[in-house]
Amino acid sequence: MAYDNAEQLEEFRLETRKWLEENCPPSMRTPMPDDELVWGGRSAVFKNAESKVWLDRMGEKGWTSPEWPKEYGGGGLSRAEARVLEQELRRIKARPPLFSFGLWMFGPALLEFGNHEQKLRFIPDILKGKTRWCQGYSEPGAGSDLAGLQTRCEDKGDHYLINGQKVWTSYADKADWIFCLVRTDTSTKHEGISFILFDMKSPGVEARPIQLISGESPFCETFFTDVKVPKDQLVGKVNGGWEIAKRLLQFERSSISAGGFGGTGGSGILGPEDYAKQHIGTDESGRLTDGDLRGRITDHKMYAKAFSLTVQRQTEQAKAGQAVGHTASILKYAAAKMNQDRHELLIEALGTEGLGWEGEGFDKGAKKVTRQWLRSKGNSIEGGTSEINLNVIAKRVLGLKEHQ
Amino acid sequence: MSFILTEDQDMLRETALSFVAGELPVSHLRALRDKGANGNDAATRKKLAELGFFGVIIPDEPGADTFGLVGLGQILEAQGRTLAATPLLQTALIAASALQLGGTPAQKAEWLPKIAAGEATFALALDESAHFSPYSVATEAERNGQGFTLNGLKKYVPDAHYADMLVVAARTFGEAGDRHGISLFLVPRGAKGVGIQTLNTVDSHGAAHVSLDDVHVPASALLGPADEGADILDPVLDRAAIGLAAEMLGSAQAAFDMTLEYLNNRKQFGQLIGSFQSLQHRAAKMFVELEMIRSCVAAALSAADAGKSDVAELASLAKAKAGELAHLVSNECVQMHGGIGMTDAAEPGFFMKRARVQEALYGSASWHRDRYAKLNGY
Repeated sequence: MAYDNAEQLEEFRLETRKWLEENCPPSMRTPMPDDELVWGGRSAVFKNAESKVWLDRMGEKGWTSPEWPKEYGGGGLSRAEARVLEQELRRIKARPPLFSFGLWMFGPALLEFGNHEQKLRFIPDILKGKTRWCQGYSEPGAGSDLAGLQTRCEDKGDHYLINGQKVWTSYADKADWIFCLVRTDTSTKHEGISFILFDMKSPGVEARPIQLISGESPFCETFFTDVKVPKDQLVGKVNGGWEIAKRLLQFERSSISAGGFGGTGGSGILGPEDYAKQHIGTDESGRLTDGDLRGRITDHKMYAKAFSLTVQRQTEQAKAGQAVGHTASILKYAAAKMNQDRHELLIEALGTEGLGWEGEGFDKGAKKVTRQWLRSKGNSIEGGTSEINLNVIAKRVLGLKEHQ
Repeated sequence: MSFILTEDQDMLRETALSFVAGELPVSHLRALRDKGANGNDAATRKKLAELGFFGVIIPDEPGADTFGLVGLGQILEAQGRTLAATPLLQTALIAASALQLGGTPAQKAEWLPKIAAGEATFALALDESAHFSPYSVATEAERNGQGFTLNGLKKYVPDAHYADMLVVAARTFGEAGDRHGISLFLVPRGAKGVGIQTLNTVDSHGAAHVSLDDVHVPASALLGPADEGADILDPVLDRAAIGLAAEMLGSAQAAFDMTLEYLNNRKQFGQLIGSFQSLQHRAAKMFVELEMIRSCVAAALSAADAGKSDVAELASLAKAKAGELAHLVSNECVQMHGGIGMTDAAEPGFFMKRARVQEALYGSASWHRDRYAKLNGY
């Protein structure tokens, strides 16, 4: 439905407000503890029963992705209406009903490249949180050079047969389905890649969690041995997967950088200046006594502020039709630097308090910082390394030429 | 806060960009330098007046809409692109703001129309040492019958070598370092006892040391309440920092564009040097910084127009970040131009020289970082 005037939009606001009043359970309007985050899927865990009620109601309306078409179970809202919904959700401090790679990455790509039957089959379950998706991209021999991937996909007449290995597959051990890049032609590079979907319960699929320098992680190594995949589960054309892959990477980089890896620090999260005040102290004028650290903290905080202003500016410009190309790479690069700088400063300000690994004798929050400090090192590697993002900016935005 | 220009502001921006590109290229500054003009350029002032650039924040009648600081920021950014020496920052921004914020009805009626018409230029005489420190005013203003007598020395005052009027910060109470006790005065540059020592500066824009020896001014010269000049000075200096940051953004953008063009033309080892990854990554990093500082400047200009409570914080953010950017880009501009970049015949050096002056005025990056930290409570 298109609203052509402010009055009708206001009517939509009132209806939405009423619906949210009646349908958003009370505990869903409180800050969300980490362990109540909902990823959905066949084996979804709802620590808080109201999380399920909230997800079911929002999913039913298609409001887990309000702008997706109604035809496939989406909210079918216009940009203006979706903005009203966002504002109303913010107004009551509603929790996001669903965290999902399906919503953020796979769904937008399928809507763009999938056929009608594929959309009908997969999109509604993404919206309702019934299927949890994981991403099969990187391989042991194909990281930054993603197009060098070797996982074989052979045409066996009435099905495809997949053999190979993926790595850094987030939540592969918990996901129901995988969207996966496979090689359908070994004689060329980019033009020999296809984009295929299959059930993680298929015989021959095995996922093993990876231990990181920061401890447990959602990442897995994923092995495929003679996995049979029906032919209608290949998206787009055979050997036409690279285009889809690149588009999906943009969605991925945007969703990573939009949150700035959480690096701007929300309310209630202690920043390096708070730990520095606590463990180092201030002089009579309120300045941190370690002037050098104070300067570096300020540098970082200014960077973080400039980053969040840039996200705001680019959002406004995109809405006004003045978007800068490849903003995802710009923000992804900046977000990684910002979050890593922040954690270096946090760990420095904590001093020996930040050096605990586990057990007694250390503050729980500080131990979390220690792990996050180590985890943040991956920010400039995952979802496209900082170097790859700089290449994208140099070549696609600045128009610098390839080396001959 | 809005990051999108209105249609009118956008037109003003386009006008300013094409004016500086056509009439005030860097070669114009070079010519002024070679004549020993120290940026004193009456012909350009006349053109700026004709374009209406002096009156961008001054309403035609009280309460009427203006282009605002966002509009003036577009012009300052444009002049930054070619390093143009104009009185716009001192006169159209600083003096107009000081009069609007602190002037009596009579002062406003006398000076704002003259500023808008380009008939009077101003210079803010504030600093007394080599570093920006606004409350360190030691220049004395002694009450003397119906007026005041000023004595002191002001250092490196931009535009004071040709401006018609000076806005002088002097102390009527307390001592250097006190916020309370500073008063602002409107002093004709030609007043008896005003001494002007013109400075040949590194950026060829010029400036002047100003000496005040028993300069008598009437009570009507007082701009704003006595002793409370800092209440006007603080917001004026925030606006000055923001306006200068806009200019610096323009300079950095132009130096970056020039560098990019060179990378796409210069060949070594049979390759365009812009195809070398070490240079590509440095260019990409500069571009990310430019994007971030563009956001800071836009946010600060918009907040100043809206009179938001975070103007000071955003002013420090914009000026500090623009300072870092100006040095980064102008240094890389010289480096990536190689030997050519070291020659006077090429333009990179002009940007590097001007960047140093821009950074020193209205608070260095380090001064603003310190203030940003204080404003954030640590």
